[in-house]
Amino acid sequence: MEEIKLDYPARQAVLRRVHVGVVGSGDLEVLLEPSPDLRAHVLITTSVDGYGVIWKHVLDRFFERFEGAASIEINDFGATPGVVMLRLEQAAEALRS
Amino acid sequence: MSTQQCPERGRIWFEALTGSDGVVECTPRSVRVADAALGGEQTRFIAVVPDTHNRFPRARQGEVGLDEACALAVHVRRAISADRHRARRPIVAIVDVASQAYGSCEELLGIHLACAAAADAYASARLAGHPVIALLVGKAMSGAFLAHGYQANRILALDGPEVMVHAMGKQAAARVTRRSVAELEGLGEKIAPMAYDIHSYARLGLLHKLIEGVNAEAPGQADVERVRAELLAAVVDVRASTPDLASRLASPAARQTRAASIEVRRRLAEQWDAA
Amino acid sequence: MNGAAARDGRRFLARSSFIEMAARERARAMLDADTFRELLGPFDRIKSPWLPLQGIVAQADDGVVLARGTLDGRPALVAAIESAYQGGSIGEVSGAKIAGALELALGDCKQGRPVLPLLLLETGGVRLQEANLGLAAIAEIHAAIIALRRHVPVVGVVAGTVGCFGGMSMAAALCSRLIVTRQARLGMNGPEVIEQEAGIAELDASDRALIWSLIGGEQRYAVGLADALLEDDAATIAAAVRDAFAQGLPQLERSAQVEHLVRRLACIDPLRPPDANTLRRLWGEGAVN
Repeated sequence: MEEIKLDYPARQAVLRRVHVGVVGSGDLEVLLEPSPDLRAHVLITTSVDGYGVIWKHVLDRFFERFEGAASIEINDFGATPGVVMLRLEQAAEALRS
Repeated sequence: MSTQQCPERGRIWFEALTGSDGVVECTPRSVRVADAALGGEQTRFIAVVPDTHNRFPRARQGEVGLDEACALAVHVRRAISADRHRARRPIVAIVDVASQAYGSCEELLGIHLACAAAADAYASARLAGHPVIALLVGKAMSGAFLAHGYQANRILALDGPEVMVHAMGKQAAARVTRRSVAELEGLGEKIAPMAYDIHSYARLGLLHKLIEGVNAEAPGQADVERVRAELLAAVVDVRASTPDLASRLASPAARQTRAASIEVRRRLAEQWDAA
Repeated sequence: MNGAAARDGRRFLARSSFIEMAARERARAMLDADTFRELLGPFDRIKSPWLPLQGIVAQADDGVVLARGTLDGRPALVAAIESAYQGGSIGEVSGAKIAGALELALGDCKQGRPVLPLLLLETGGVRLQEANLGLAAIAEIHAAIIALRRHVPVVGVVAGTVGCFGGMSMAAALCSRLIVTRQARLGMNGPEVIEQEAGIAELDASDRALIWSLIGGEQRYAVGLADALLEDDAATIAAAVRDAFAQGLPQLERSAQVEHLVRRLACIDPLRPPDANTLRRLWGEGAVN
């Protein structure tokens, strides 16, 4: 089990909380809520050690388009990068709707 | 089939505590019931014991099988109805149950309902005002313990290496969690709820009393008197409190080890009614 | 004939699978529209204190969704177990959530404010990583169901596909009314555990047809161990739940029908145990017992 923390700049306030996903095999849950400052903070807890670089890459890509000042907690149970991105986009979508 | 493998502690303590007084005829023979004196009061003692001739082959080693669970329900409920208009007699579940019966026939016939009927009877006795005490003298495992003992107002246990509580036997638990038995034992040392021994169980705060210094295997007269006194004290304690299981969250050990169980209830109560 | 097939087809397409829903959606689908209010949700972050100590990632709600809302306008409580997280297993927190919520419902009932308790059971039983605290919580769930049943019916649903096993199968049996689907399995010991404990001659856990014939929803319903057998459709299940509550308290709870159970077991010869079909004749509708 490993914890990874990442920070991103933000341009837009987040006004709601969103929860998607489940900590099931090959899946993850995302808890997204307003952050206390004008930045985005990501805290990842993953069951698989040693994939920090890949996590950063996936989150970098997500934050190319996502500009919300969100605190994002990710609890991961071995999801592939594709599933991670899907869940993040699902959370962002839920935020908009 | 060797009888030495069979847990005999249920029988030993049943006979020691009742002196075979007031035995109630019971089918199957693997369930022993007696109304014997405890501090001058008629008390119903109930034990599940091995019977190598049990009609269900999977319930011959002292397991709680279909007939056993059913008989527990019958004899607890008979005490409830007999005492409906008089003082509720205490009920003591003497617990040495290695498991529920594992078998396809048991599943087909709904052993889950039989065990539920036993748990229901014990809980109903408790709610009707019978002091229900579980006395752990050997193994208190999984569904067998849920059916026979875990609905008691108070749980007492003898201190000894063969006295243990767990959700699954060590070998099976190791296979299911994909760990070795040694790994499992190592985890138990670090993580109290995973341990099998009664000292670790006592740290969870669920026990009313761990009775130390008693020979659990071959009790002498002094041992029996000691246990009798503890049972009696527990009965008095029950009669002075509510008929629920709240005491399991109130002990100093529970406040520490079951802090999350307490926190969940506290915050649930805050959120229960809409703001 | 064709018309009927077309109607069936339309009905099938209109169906909304309950089994495919996650626990939160299941709970929401049961309650009256727009009444779902979650208690101790993921953002409350009461997680298992024991899993991270073993290197296992914990879910923010510990796999149990509690929600208050209404059923046909009457105050209700739904507890839904998320089977995708740790097999729906009951740990300290998830167990305390169910027990604690039922205890609060009991408190309201005692004060003359009935709350209808609904359990959506999808669980392998005790979470072995929290062993004794899971077992203790299950005993407390049993206690709460039994106490609550004196005031209001407690309704359970086992829909599948995980099923309901271990100490939680006893919780299902304690429910005043139990609703199952064909995809449900309900049993004390999971097939794998029986195979491990008693050998493959006792039960071949990979024989899925056999397992379903023994402990599947259809069989459980046929021998009176469940009260309703439904298609996997959220609206159908939601309607059946309302029916179950509308019927009020049963004359005698299933787990209190001890004499009936004794008679049923008396007609069994364990050395020549019945198969599933024979048991339906012995115990099914119209049988003497």
